Amino acid sequence: MSGHGTPNRYRQQATHTIRDEPYVRESVLSGTDRANDHRNHAYAEIDADRWRDWGRDAKTHTLTNLDRYLEEAERNLEANGVRVHWAETAADALTVLRGIVREHDVRSVVKAKSMLTEELGVNEHLERLNVRVRETDLGEYIVQIMGEPPSHIVAPVMHLSLDDCRQIFQQVLGTPRHGTPEELVAAARKALRQEFLAADLGISGGNFLVAETGTVALIENEGNIRLSTSLPRVHVAFVGIEKLIPRFEDLAGFIQLTARAATGQPIGNYVSFIQGPKKDDEVDGPEEVHVVLVDNGRTTLLADEAAWEALRCVRCGACLNICPVYRQTGGHAYGWTYSGPIGAIIAPGILGLEEALPLPFASSLCGACADVCPVRIPIPELLLHWRERAVEEGLTPLTERVGLEAYTRAATHPLLFRAGGTLLRRTPWQLGGTALPILKGWTQERTTPEPSPKSFQALWKEGIE
Amino acid sequence: MRVSLFATCLGDQFYADACADAVRLLRHLGAEVDVPAGQTCCGQPAYNAGRRVDAQAMARHTSKVLDGSDYVVLPSGSCAGMIRCFYPELLVGDGARAHALAQRTFELSQFVVEVLGVQRLGDGLSGSTVGYHHSCHALRELGVREAPLELLAGCGAAVVDWPAAEECCGFGGLFSAKLPEVSAAMADRKLDTLPEVDFVTSTDGGCLMQLSGRAGKRGRGPVFRHLASALWQGVQGGVRA
Repeated sequence: MSGHGTPNRYRQQATHTIRDEPYVRESVLSGTDRANDHRNHAYAEIDADRWRDWGRDAKTHTLTNLDRYLEEAERNLEANGVRVHWAETAADALTVLRGIVREHDVRSVVKAKSMLTEELGVNEHLERLNVRVRETDLGEYIVQIMGEPPSHIVAPVMHLSLDDCRQIFQQVLGTPRHGTPEELVAAARKALRQEFLAADLGISGGNFLVAETGTVALIENEGNIRLSTSLPRVHVAFVGIEKLIPRFEDLAGFIQLTARAATGQPIGNYVSFIQGPKKDDEVDGPEEVHVVLVDNGRTTLLADEAAWEALRCVRCGACLNICPVYRQTGGHAYGWTYSGPIGAIIAPGILGLEEALPLPFASSLCGACADVCPVRIPIPELLLHWRERAVEEGLTPLTERVGLEAYTRAATHPLLFRAGGTLLRRTPWQLGGTALPILKGWTQERTTPEPSPKSFQALWKEGIE
Repeated sequence: MRVSLFATCLGDQFYADACADAVRLLRHLGAEVDVPAGQTCCGQPAYNAGRRVDAQAMARHTSKVLDGSDYVVLPSGSCAGMIRCFYPELLVGDGARAHALAQRTFELSQFVVEVLGVQRLGDGLSGSTVGYHHSCHALRELGVREAPLELLAGCGAAVVDWPAAEECCGFGGLFSAKLPEVSAAMADRKLDTLPEVDFVTSTDGGCLMQLSGRAGKRGRGPVFRHLASALWQGVQGGVRA
């Protein structure tokens, strides 16, 4: 699966991964098992329930007062010497970027890992402008070489095994066929160092934007974000408007909640606080810093009383790691930037509901995601909300509509329901399967269940000894 | 004590023997069991498909059928979860009735342990090794984790350590038929990690149907037995003081 599908083709894409790329499932199962162990350990070290309550409340408060905090953030960013841009759509954000590229005659870009720039299509846009763009996060670097999007919010190469990476590195960087992880990393570091030094522009996302101080906070482990945001003479940070937090001290809570949920660390190896361009008495840092505040569907979600809670997301990926649906395929099957449970509840806001289908249905509603979310997003409830919206808007299959209406009629008329049970007992499923897609879906992967010889209600009437 | 058994649509049609065993078990524990006439389906298939209006109709019907019961017991964590967690907000115009029903509704093992206070049923499962699959809704909506394990152990069964015991089997109602390939991969993960056991059991017929159906398609797999039947077998081996 190259990962260039669409949500609408989720079933085909997932089936392709499961049937034709069994090694992807193996890599994802073992990678997410590891991530789940790490998160469990890291949550156990703190009073996780209370911190998660705090995270939920702090984010809810911010989103409830988003207009006020956005204005405060803009004021303080500008006071720090940052140029602030507002982008209502992805196209607006890319227009801002094009302006900066033209103004500074940018030829090459280094990029820090950022899902928002994936969402906006920044790399493709830069390539169209004939700008050389290099991802510098190790995982992002690998998927960029492969021509794939990342398959996980935090771990872009969740779908690859170590041996897959060895092969790619051998081809591109000439490392030994059975090189150690250290050898591979050293080769990548050497190659990337040249890119950092040559780049005219550094692009990043932002984990958090502090309204009180106009600070963009970035969490990472490799140091590539630090370099991408400080070596080139211009830095552009794309930040979703939901990334606002009120106070600088809130970072203490959010950084550890995010890091513990994402990788099981108490804090990232590197945490950068971007506080504007290089000052006169400073040696390092960009001469110019831009922050692009991106909406791209977020205010649509915010205005939806039943859907807005998805905006609390800190993009830790914990819901992907625990999700038994995500774990069978990895992220490419979902056909867009954000996979797994969180992707399914923000897709309708960002892409539109019809374009997002069937993602809200790609869940057994097992509830495991809600157990681990660091900001307590009630993901199963939100999945249900989008299913209800799909029904209201007539976007579900006709057979399902007709079938469930008939079922409801029977279930509210006990005689009819019992007659249905008798029919079920007398009709071979294989026969029914050709008429009803729902039965065909079942029997394709499983043996036909045998109805009990007599219904329980019949047994009850006869008397139970 | 009067207990109304709600067999559930799946139990009535596919796990009739297990429902009968639930009746036997409850009677054995001193309950007077009745099966309210007119019971059909709790409405969960429609609810999870986003068909709220249909789910409301079934919830209204079911709540009327179960009127007048002292306790409602279901051989299913999922359907019990539907009544306990979602009826109160579904039946908005009839909140008091829905809330009262939610309060007196239990999954079978939960009822035996929490309400009847029984943990030791007998020793009829002595020497058996058992894989216990946690139904997601029993586990996460009802918070039923220990009750079935205690009852199985109390019958002498050795419940094995199963790495994927708390992972979803992939049933998910209509999900299993709408996305059958992903659903089957989820069942495979369960089956692939299952140690050698005498049988696999669970509170929910839906999960058992999914796992046994997938195991059958793969051409191998353990015996599957509904928890109600396993526990009744546990009783029949002789009652401990």
